[in-house]
Amino acid sequence: MAERIMVKGNEAMAEAAVRAGCRLYFGYPITPQSEFTEYMARRMPEVDGVFLQSESEVAAVNMVYGAACTGHRVMTSTSSPGFSLMQEGVSYIAGAMLPAVFVNVVRGGPGLGDIQPAQSDYFQSTKGGGHGDYHLIVLAPGSIQEAVDLMETAFRLADNYRVPVMMLADGMLGQMMEPVVFPEYVKLDGINDHSSWALRGTDGREPHKVTSFDIDPVRLEEMNTETHKVYEEIRSKEIRFETHDLEDADYILVGYGTMGRILGSVVKMARKQGIKVGLFRPISLWPFPYDELKKAAKGKRFCTVVEMSTGQMVEDVRLSVEGALPVHFYGRTGGMVPTPDEVFKELVRLIG
Amino acid sequence: MEKATYKKPKSLAEKEFSYCPGCHHGIIHRLVAEVIDELEIQGKTLMVAPVGCSVFAYEFFDVDGTVAPHGRAPAVATGMKRAMPERMVFTYQGDGDLAAIGTAEIIHAANRGEKITTIFVNNAIYGMTGGQMAPTTLLGMKTTTSPYGRKAETEGFPIHVSELLKETAGIVYLERVSVSSPQEVIKAKAAIKKAFIAQKKGLGFSLVEVLSTCPTNWGLDPVESINWLNENMKKEYPIGVFVDKVGDIK
Amino acid sequence: MSKNFVKIDEERCKGCGLCINFCPKKVLSFSDKFNSKGYRPAQQHDLENCIGCGFCYMMCPDAAITVFKETAEV
Repeated sequence: MAERIMVKGNEAMAEAAVRAGCRLYFGYPITPQSEFTEYMARRMPEVDGVFLQSESEVAAVNMVYGAACTGHRVMTSTSSPGFSLMQEGVSYIAGAMLPAVFVNVVRGGPGLGDIQPAQSDYFQSTKGGGHGDYHLIVLAPGSIQEAVDLMETAFRLADNYRVPVMMLADGMLGQMMEPVVFPEYVKLDGINDHSSWALRGTDGREPHKVTSFDIDPVRLEEMNTETHKVYEEIRSKEIRFETHDLEDADYILVGYGTMGRILGSVVKMARKQGIKVGLFRPISLWPFPYDELKKAAKGKRFCTVVEMSTGQMVEDVRLSVEGALPVHFYGRTGGMVPTPDEVFKELVRLIG
Repeated sequence: MEKATYKKPKSLAEKEFSYCPGCHHGIIHRLVAEVIDELEIQGKTLMVAPVGCSVFAYEFFDVDGTVAPHGRAPAVATGMKRAMPERMVFTYQGDGDLAAIGTAEIIHAANRGEKITTIFVNNAIYGMTGGQMAPTTLLGMKTTTSPYGRKAETEGFPIHVSELLKETAGIVYLERVSVSSPQEVIKAKAAIKKAFIAQKKGLGFSLVEVLSTCPTNWGLDPVESINWLNENMKKEYPIGVFVDKVGDIK
Repeated sequence: MSKNFVKIDEERCKGCGLCINFCPKKVLSFSDKFNSKGYRPAQQHDLENCIGCGFCYMMCPDAAITVFKETAEV
């Protein structure tokens, strides 16, 4: 049986990326994800991989772009202000349809904010962030084990659809330690065969060109339409979520990532007191489980969304339920993490 | 019998250049392609085009290529080269791209001794966007954003990229050339060839700065532009070898 | 006719005149015709005096020139 070891979230995600076949890492230190970068600095030489500390997040994302052009598994990790700096490159990567994985260990914002856990980059992650019509697949793990398990999924989705994929973590997930079981090393043979488009030198074949660019609006529209067909396919196939105690629930709590996990405790507290509450935890934030949540919320008295923000995902929840039931919001911001007690109190208050 | 002694190099694509009449980009493209042909590296070369007039450069070479975000070509090329260290990777960048928005990327790529080659085309102006002031614009030079002539007090001084870069330890070949006469074209080609050889030998970062005209935005005809370059640009940006750690390539 | 001559791709040529300017024997000039882009391409009007030096090729920004030079029979 695989060994369970205590490991910090940032390091666990980095190790999972190595096991997922990532041998190219470009990054820039930023709290609270720096252990990720440091781990890769130690680990990549052990597996004949590439670690490069760039001069900025702007450079890091463009190194990712360049490496992704060759069709090899590549990633970077950062935290909120760093991901803001990467938006230009993310837009180019998405526009050029390149596979790459980003980890954002979100901290309090806006601006310099602070270095505590937050979920205030939801809009930036799921609605664009950079310019142009594009999406990232956004995965939000609720525990370190789930982050580890999702890492290979992230690379696989990036390879399959040729889109950038983001693991949206937060400072809590990055900094805490938990027992984790690591998966086996992935064998890459045939998994990411990008020889039909990747830039690896022509060696006699026709040249490959990878760009997010076409000066002709007719062709650019065609290019964007093709990309959006891929997004449609992702929307139909890659919805991920988890539910608890929903069947008989009168009320439904919705939260993702660290908050989703805390809401799990709230559900247990409430159930002990005879309050029938269930949990809906979106794991893919893009594509968002609109239909699944709508179905889950059917017949419930109300829905409460809890986030470590002033209210971002709540907008997607409202879009999901289409006014069928009241949607309340509870949030803390600036790096403050709601405790199960305070969320429970809020729930009791709302029930009235 | 007659033999074609000078003809379009093989690694130059059939596609006609999008540049204005008399613009030196086309000469410089051809020289790069001739070097690629002569070193027999067409099949293993990756190129990174910039944003600016030469944004289309990736279409003009029959090699694998991409376009970087504005100024980021050295970072993109770094990612490529680290992923495929056995391949030849070059960036082609103008002065707006490299010397303004991309200053950090070029300095750090050079300083890391990244094993890539940069062809840096300096025409002292932003071409694609319509003739705005570049960091390389000469003092007194009129552009659409320095309509009264560039003044040091408000717009600062022309930036000397090669002089700045020569201090970075990772650079192994650095030369400023021009293509204002057939003789200079021959020298420019030799410089580009040496820069590529530096990379091929895995020595470090190499860059060739090529002074170029921009007849359209300078408001001069192609021949007058060359005269203007010779009289003005060469004073500000003297031709010469700044770094040569490659040695004899014979 | 000299056995040295140049062939100019009239469609690639943008009529910038650099080849004409740098030709040491002045065998090149602008054509009276226009190409499909509206430029008057360069042409070799003097078929006798080309020395096949390649200066026109070297200065051509459009890779539009091929230079043929007389070589010894093999």
